[in-house]
Amino acid sequence: MIRYLAMYFGSIIKGVKSLLKGMRLTGYYFTHHKEIITQQYPENRDNVPMGDRFRGEVVMLHNESNEHRCTGCTACEIACPNGTIKIISKWEVNAEGKKKKAIDQFVYHLGMCTFCNLCIVSCPTDAIVMAKDFEHSSYDRKTLTKILNKPGSKIETGVE
Amino acid sequence: MNIFEPENKKLVESEQDFVVNVGPQHPSTHGVLHLKIKLEGETIKAVQPHLGYIHRSIEKMSEAGSYRQFSYLTSRMDYLSSHMNNQACALAVEKAIQVEVPERAKVIRILMAELTRLASHQLWWGAMGLDLGAITPFFIGFRDREEILEIFEDTCGTRLTMNYVVPGGVMVDLHPDFQKKVVAFLGRFKKRIKEYDDLVTGNIIFEQRTKGVGVISAEDAISYGCSGPVARASGVSCDIRKLHPYDGYEKLEFKECIETEGDCFARYKVRMEEMKESVKIIEQLIDNIPEGDFQAKTKNVLKPPKGEWFTRVETARGELGVYLISDGTMKPYRVKFRSPNFSHVSALEHMSKGGKIGDLVAIMATLDLVIPDVDR
Repeated sequence: MIRYLAMYFGSIIKGVKSLLKGMRLTGYYFTHHKEIITQQYPENRDNVPMGDRFRGEVVMLHNESNEHRCTGCTACEIACPNGTIKIISKWEVNAEGKKKKAIDQFVYHLGMCTFCNLCIVSCPTDAIVMAKDFEHSSYDRKTLTKILNKPGSKIETGVE
Repeated sequence: MNIFEPENKKLVESEQDFVVNVGPQHPSTHGVLHLKIKLEGETIKAVQPHLGYIHRSIEKMSEAGSYRQFSYLTSRMDYLSSHMNNQACALAVEKAIQVEVPERAKVIRILMAELTRLASHQLWWGAMGLDLGAITPFFIGFRDREEILEIFEDTCGTRLTMNYVVPGGVMVDLHPDFQKKVVAFLGRFKKRIKEYDDLVTGNIIFEQRTKGVGVISAEDAISYGCSGPVARASGVSCDIRKLHPYDGYEKLEFKECIETEGDCFARYKVRMEEMKESVKIIEQLIDNIPEGDFQAKTKNVLKPPKGEWFTRVETARGELGVYLISDGTMKPYRVKFRSPNFSHVSALEHMSKGGKIGDLVAIMATLDLVIPDVDR
């Protein structure tokens, strides 16, 4: 009889002890605020910590004289699994009087993009990169179709 | 048979039967799984899972993409172990085009896979605590997972659906800070795993809710097709990393965690042990990542010969198989994924029959179901 009573109260003490052990940890973090890692997102919008390679959206790089490196080879268009990229090309006459293919519009449908990075990897001239901007939500989906080459931009000399 | 016929007909046999719907929008189902439960008082008499709420036909969509394109979709199946899913597809394509992966890429793949396993088990641990009524584990599990996701973000650019493992190796090289960050994380995590035990493992409420609940025997686990931690908790040795090593797992020293009870607590113990084993695997590799290429030289357009290939990997939840059929063109003829969670859903009724409705929550929590992997 006494043995059963001892077992009964023993199990109660053991159970309470196990609960207190967990509560001690909760109390520790309740009083140690330095361990908190939560980001105050909308407030720290200007300096959100982000990796260098964060995939936000596809952008085309332009240098100071408004030149890009895209030759219009459509490697990214072929690599894209969702049909996100559409390159509209035109014929241009260069300085030597030869006809040459160049991009007219680099259309990028952000709404269809899954950020799989396949276009960036496939680009032979490193014309497009992933940018860090991630706040893309919009009331109108027309704003999600972007033309990546700036108006009046030309291909950089020496990029074939 | 009319498939649109309400299945309640089968479930309800007499007027005394009481049917409760759990889901599709229920927090303990971790997604859009719909369970119809037949009750007698509070005892479960039958469980009927209804699937298809998040079916995206990934297998069919895979046929539309090229051999480089289709594997990005698999990150969206079992989104908590997306590296392993991509790895399974990459292994299948590599087997088809017969490409030898460089040593560096293999090591990176294992490192990423084990980090994913850690992150997945941490999320499971937190969500399981939340299901069983404890909120603190959720915050602690997610705090540690966050550090791993930051490591992923540095190297891969994304946190959940990475698409980092590609046929021939990995997509880009490791971030220069990768090694430093992983070593720092492991140092912290080895101290923190004691907190996991303090909070949940010895807790009397947790023990009483999981011990002897949802028992599945080794024979039943095999016949239901269970794999991963669920089968290992019943005493079935089924670790693909040990039995059919891939990407150089055969060179590593790690233990296959096996328990014999087959109840919820055994599944919990197996996953906790696996976290410690994953830490050991990462520690063996992190200080000696070989130099060299991160990707093998492959042709721009992959064209495997006619044939069929099957590869499998051990994801955080079990065995993922990829069955690839090629007809010699640049697109796969058929891709079939054998996902672990689908089999676990079928075993759910066997485990929960005769138990209470509260036990079902504990069973769902320790099965660690990811519903997009069930439906695909």
